[in-house]
Amino acid sequence: MTDSVGVTTPQRLRFDAPLALSSGASIDQYELVYETYGRLNEARSNAVLVCHALNASHHVAGVSASDDKDIGWWDNMVGPGKAVDTERFFVIGVNNLGSCFGSTGPMSPNPATGKPYGPDFPVVTVEDWVNAQARLADALGIARFAAVIGGSLGGMQALAWSTLYPDRLSHCVAIATAPRLSAQNIAFNEVARRAIVTDPDFHGGRFYDFDTVPARGLQVARMIGHITYLSDDTMAERFGRTLRRPAQDASLGNSYQFTFDVEFEIESYLRYQGEKFSRYFDANTYLLITRALDYFDPARDHDGDLAAALAPARCDFLLASFSTDWRFAPERSREIVAALLANRRRVTYAEIDAPHGHDAFLLDDSRYHALMKAYFDRIATGLAA
Amino acid sequence: MNLTSAALDRHGLRPDLAAIADWIAPGSRVLDLGCGDGVLLDHLQHAKGCSGYGVEIDDAQVLACAHRGVDVIQQNIEAGLDMFAGSRFDVVVLSMAIQATQHTERVLREMSQVGLEGIVSFPNFGHWTHAMSILRGRMPMSREMPYQWYDTPNLHLSTPLDFEDLLDKLGLVVTRRGYMANGQPIRFLPGLRCTQAIYRFRSR
Repeated sequence: MTDSVGVTTPQRLRFDAPLALSSGASIDQYELVYETYGRLNEARSNAVLVCHALNASHHVAGVSASDDKDIGWWDNMVGPGKAVDTERFFVIGVNNLGSCFGSTGPMSPNPATGKPYGPDFPVVTVEDWVNAQARLADALGIARFAAVIGGSLGGMQALAWSTLYPDRLSHCVAIATAPRLSAQNIAFNEVARRAIVTDPDFHGGRFYDFDTVPARGLQVARMIGHITYLSDDTMAERFGRTLRRPAQDASLGNSYQFTFDVEFEIESYLRYQGEKFSRYFDANTYLLITRALDYFDPARDHDGDLAAALAPARCDFLLASFSTDWRFAPERSREIVAALLANRRRVTYAEIDAPHGHDAFLLDDSRYHALMKAYFDRIATGLAA
Repeated sequence: MNLTSAALDRHGLRPDLAAIADWIAPGSRVLDLGCGDGVLLDHLQHAKGCSGYGVEIDDAQVLACAHRGVDVIQQNIEAGLDMFAGSRFDVVVLSMAIQATQHTERVLREMSQVGLEGIVSFPNFGHWTHAMSILRGRMPMSREMPYQWYDTPNLHLSTPLDFEDLLDKLGLVVTRRGYMANGQPIRFLPGLRCTQAIYRFRSR
């Protein structure tokens, strides 16, 4: 694998200065887990921050040292010779505050009690994450990123960077994202949260004390989320109405079973995804991150005027959306583009005709990756200038 | 858009694009509709300190713009210019594409709303060779219109006089005219002799 960053080991940084949160609460001390790929150049100008979405982590690229099956979630994008070329850029992946992959979150011990925070972990926002990421950048000696980049919720963080720290990034790359959730988006999040909190094993978020996890709630949450990540076409193509017939049950043939067990392939697939997810993802983190999504709305403080909200931005922008993404449809990206145009920012926007729905931002679509590569070439050229 | 690279000026620009570039003041904010590979904007940015965006629907052309470092917005111009409603441009360019638009009037009207001035170039259907062709009983084909009648993107072909009538109907006034054939300006009998016409206009 010459195009991989290879085996990666996460690093950990502890912050002791209190971080004021959007909610008015603050968190006194916290740790952030991150990975880096490539080398920071002498001018310290080639750093790229990768912001993760709902269920991803700091492990952006390469193979985890602790698990050789654990390949980074954006490994097709980040690596030597790839679009975000680690031969040219120093790439940082950071696990956000409140997540469950090593950074301080609901599973971490609350210094006040010695027990896991659970439901007492403060509600965090996209802006809080960005503030924490900025402190990580300070600690790593990075005054200005060549680019801050992310897809979906990660794209929201990249957008927030452009206005909260306008002088600390040259480019904002926001893929398959939205300037705020729609009522429908929030509705899906709420169904997921209700599935979790009504699971008897949730115990008001203190399930750690009961040595259990609200697995059923998490499974349903993941199932509903997963539906929104795929396009109707993808589901039709991959599953259609094909009946689930395991090899050992070949005798079942093609007739219905007239039960409520798994009958269709799509059911089996969703259950599998749900079960897999419930084994590694923290239920409180799911609540927190979906809430951060709900709350993100930079235009809110500007009477809904997104252009006014984005006015502080000074960087150049790349936005891309995918034609079949109905979670964050192209129209949502166009809203952002229009606001940036009104602010006379440099912006490139691509609407990629891809069949895979929202998930497309994680997939290896050649047009999408070629565009990213071309844009990062431009970023690299800017570094040399 | 229909032109081969037969005659390019010293900047590697198609003749009509070179003429358009000459008409654009240094430092202008430019919107180039149907910008193709972004060559005009690239030239304007480097040679005249202009800024702006291309609008293009085709994936390969969008990528070509990105390679040039020209900002491009991927969109069908027929879908309307709402996205640009909040911004004002000094010039909105539509080169060799108006004949392929479906909602030609709307495109022109929106150009004049988004920009202070519009510049449009198009192939002259009234070129004398076309008349000869029709007299011979054949649909005209040329370097500017290289398509068979059954396989052409062109919907709304016109002559310079026709185009001026439409501008007038839309309340737009011509601020400059240019006529070209084989990359050279045409001054005598342009309606018959030019293969390409270029118009600059603004709202009345």
